[in-house]
Amino acid sequence: MKGKTVINAAGREVPLEINGQPAIPFKGVGKHRPAGRKHGTLVPTCIDFPSDGNKVVGSLEEAIRRCGLKSGMTISTHHHLRDGDLVSNTVFDIAADIGLKDLVWFPSASFPCHELLIKYLEDGTINRIEGSMNGPLGRFVSEGRMKGTAVLRSHGGRVQAIQDGEVKIDIAVLAAPSADFFGNARGTGGPSACGVLGYAKADYMYADKVIIVTDNLVEFPCYPMEIEGNYVDYVVVTDKIGIPERIVSGTTQITKSPDRLLIAELTARFLEKSGILMDGAAIQAGAGGTSLAIAVFLHDILREKGWESKFGFGGSTKYMVKMLEEGQMGYILDAQVFDLEAVRSVEENTHHVPYSVYNAYNYHSKGNLTSMMDIMILGATEVDLNFNGNVVTHSDGYLLHGIGGWQNCLHARNVILPIPLFRDRIPVIVDEVTTLCGPGELIDVIITERGIAINPLRKDLIENVKGSGLPIRTTQELKDEAEKICGKPQKARFDEEIVAVVKWVDGTVIDIVRKIKA
Amino acid sequence: MNRTAAKTGNAGPGIRSDCEIVLETGNQVGITIDLISKVKTLYGESITALCKEVLGFYGVENAHLKINDSGALPFVIAARMEAAIKQIMDTDLDYLPEFLPENSYSTAPGRFRFARLYIPGNNPALMINAGLHSADGLILDLEDSVAPSRKDEARILVRNALRQINFGGSERMVRINQGERGLKDLDYLIPHSVNLILIPKCEDPGNVRNIDIKISEIKMRYGLTNPVFLMPIIESALGIENSYDIARASVNIAAIAIGLEDYTSDIGVSRTNEGRESLYARTRLINAAKAAGIQPIDSVFSDVTDMEALKNSVYESRSLGFEGMGCIHPRQIAVVRQGYFPSQDELEKSVKIVEAYEEALKNGMGVVALGSKMIDPPVVARAQKSVDLAIRLGLLPADRVSGEGSR
Repeated sequence: MKGKTVINAAGREVPLEINGQPAIPFKGVGKHRPAGRKHGTLVPTCIDFPSDGNKVVGSLEEAIRRCGLKSGMTISTHHHLRDGDLVSNTVFDIAADIGLKDLVWFPSASFPCHELLIKYLEDGTINRIEGSMNGPLGRFVSEGRMKGTAVLRSHGGRVQAIQDGEVKIDIAVLAAPSADFFGNARGTGGPSACGVLGYAKADYMYADKVIIVTDNLVEFPCYPMEIEGNYVDYVVVTDKIGIPERIVSGTTQITKSPDRLLIAELTARFLEKSGILMDGAAIQAGAGGTSLAIAVFLHDILREKGWESKFGFGGSTKYMVKMLEEGQMGYILDAQVFDLEAVRSVEENTHHVPYSVYNAYNYHSKGNLTSMMDIMILGATEVDLNFNGNVVTHSDGYLLHGIGGWQNCLHARNVILPIPLFRDRIPVIVDEVTTLCGPGELIDVIITERGIAINPLRKDLIENVKGSGLPIRTTQELKDEAEKICGKPQKARFDEEIVAVVKWVDGTVIDIVRKIKA
Repeated sequence: MNRTAAKTGNAGPGIRSDCEIVLETGNQVGITIDLISKVKTLYGESITALCKEVLGFYGVENAHLKINDSGALPFVIAARMEAAIKQIMDTDLDYLPEFLPENSYSTAPGRFRFARLYIPGNNPALMINAGLHSADGLILDLEDSVAPSRKDEARILVRNALRQINFGGSERMVRINQGERGLKDLDYLIPHSVNLILIPKCEDPGNVRNIDIKISEIKMRYGLTNPVFLMPIIESALGIENSYDIARASVNIAAIAIGLEDYTSDIGVSRTNEGRESLYARTRLINAAKAAGIQPIDSVFSDVTDMEALKNSVYESRSLGFEGMGCIHPRQIAVVRQGYFPSQDELEKSVKIVEAYEEALKNGMGVVALGSKMIDPPVVARAQKSVDLAIRLGLLPADRVSGEGSR
């Protein structure tokens, strides 16, 4: 993509137009005010639907044809089936068979299994992906081989874009582990149970057409209904929507790496000594091995002090479930479930509550769950001297990850990044991030195995840990130490061409990704 | 030597922070380099430059070099290059990376050796952060954890690690090989600020003396004055029988350790968690060490997942008289250290006894009493040892009692 660019409030050069649509440059955190009304879908009438409520059609292809899929349309899917998703690829197999071109795939995240779609990017069936770019897809885009420009959004940014009408979904194809003939659906039950369907809400509410695909048709009513049948056009029953062992881990495991355990232990000590961990603290940690280890250490501290976290926000794991069941956590609010223990918990525990991303992370709504959180544990591929964070590219310039909920979670009271100082010789703390995904003013603490850097804006935290014996350093000192060990890296080299843009949580453009120089 | 091809290092799935070097000098003209590296964008030029520098250092002008790199640090690449060149060429030259000034410290014979961590001598990924885990000692192992065919390259890697890895204040230890190879190992180690050499499968005082003499020669040659302590490891029935003589074989011996896997195999029994089969050997070794005035050190505990069993094992070890244990995973370090610390109960009782003793001294009383109980002098002495230990560990303030340190 080429065209007119400007320098945004973060000092990054960004385009004023993306894929033919106008774009607003990033204005600063909390500076952009949206105007206008939310996107509205076509008004349906029940006259057009079977009076007996049975919306089951013979095949996914029939449903897609009946929805009137045309070249250039946008198809959305959710990622609750993760790397076991069999539905998204099938949708494009059908579209390619029909001979459609220039489709836009708008997933809530992509996984290695979606590598199969590269052939449709190559033959023009798919124009572009607006969603996370993992592994081979990221490499494909970074090499400038995708026709359209990729648009990377956070989970919250995605639902904001849907709600605000930046992305108009023509057809949402939503896999459902359980559904009834009317289209009511949930994430539990059946061979492909994924727990909750927290990422599908904006899709079914705002898409023009909604198809539910299930391998577990249950009697009406499918209850509790995370997706409401009144939004659904067609229900498709297939043999298999997913590969169970790739949907949820049988069991998530804390890291065995001694270095990561060290980081986890240091993080727990920091949270305790800085006073951030307290009775009632709301906690969110991810499902990575280090985060899980931190959760275990925090659980120990809560138990020892007789404290209770008032709620934790999922993705949930067995370690969070343990806190809930042993009385150290009041509620789990949950948008996605990572292991079988968590699936069990959400099915049987009324304090384990499905909670959609639409409600939790949408910046253009009447409140922000993440700003109510006390402890937010996140990762990053790079952090720079000014605490700016990157999660989408690596230092070699290649797109490799989606944003996930990362940008949304930056609004928590205390944002903590436990990260190794270098990964296989690649320093994580750099002069300037390759791609800016989150402004440094929102990142409070970086915890590495070789020291902790506290954002100078957080004078309170700096004061709290004085005399604690914790290894407090500056980002400059940490960077110098990494470079002393690893050597000073060369810079990645790029062409002019913009292959992806990174949106901020309010829909403005915070940065771009350029094509790798061949 | 008339080989024209050499291969060192490691590559492939699961290998991190290492590289494989294939060097061919057959019909080459000039230097050609093929580099495969996951960090090529960031470090490609510096990797190539380093390899050329090492080739130049050894005067290699014609070579084809294939490097398969998984993020190896420069000291690793240099070690792999040197080892490859030494497979092809006879040379005494060493390509030495910079010596980190923070690694030039000496240790004392009586320093704590509660937890010493073994690190395989040919695995760079496990070396890089080893200094961060607060072990009392870090052992770069050239013996059992290195495959026989890799002994030469491991020796060079360990030397470079001694110069480039920050040990973070842990005692710098190396376990050398047995026999002649072990003596040769010393040439690669002693000039690089090693604090302690572990001597494996030690069976008679002669083993120790040969090593001691070789170390003195190397120190003399390089004009080194830093002490190099020895820790013989007893791993056989014969070694146990000779343990007192071994313990007294050199003034440089700071500790003597037992290796139970080999010992139980030598006497033809299985090693159990209860360890009844090795009770005699362990107590005999402890007694020999105490008689010789050095530290008795326990074997490693091999189940890295069972922290509860490790804890019990350390308590028993301490109750027998051992003053330290080997670790094979960093997670074991804290548990082991904690286990050798005096317990809170024990400490309180010891403080009371020492205070009663001081009170009695002040009042010119010949007999020490605590409540209605008389305290014998050996009990006072033991309490004093506990208190001294606690002061050294920082568990009690130094001015808490006026005891004489046991350092």
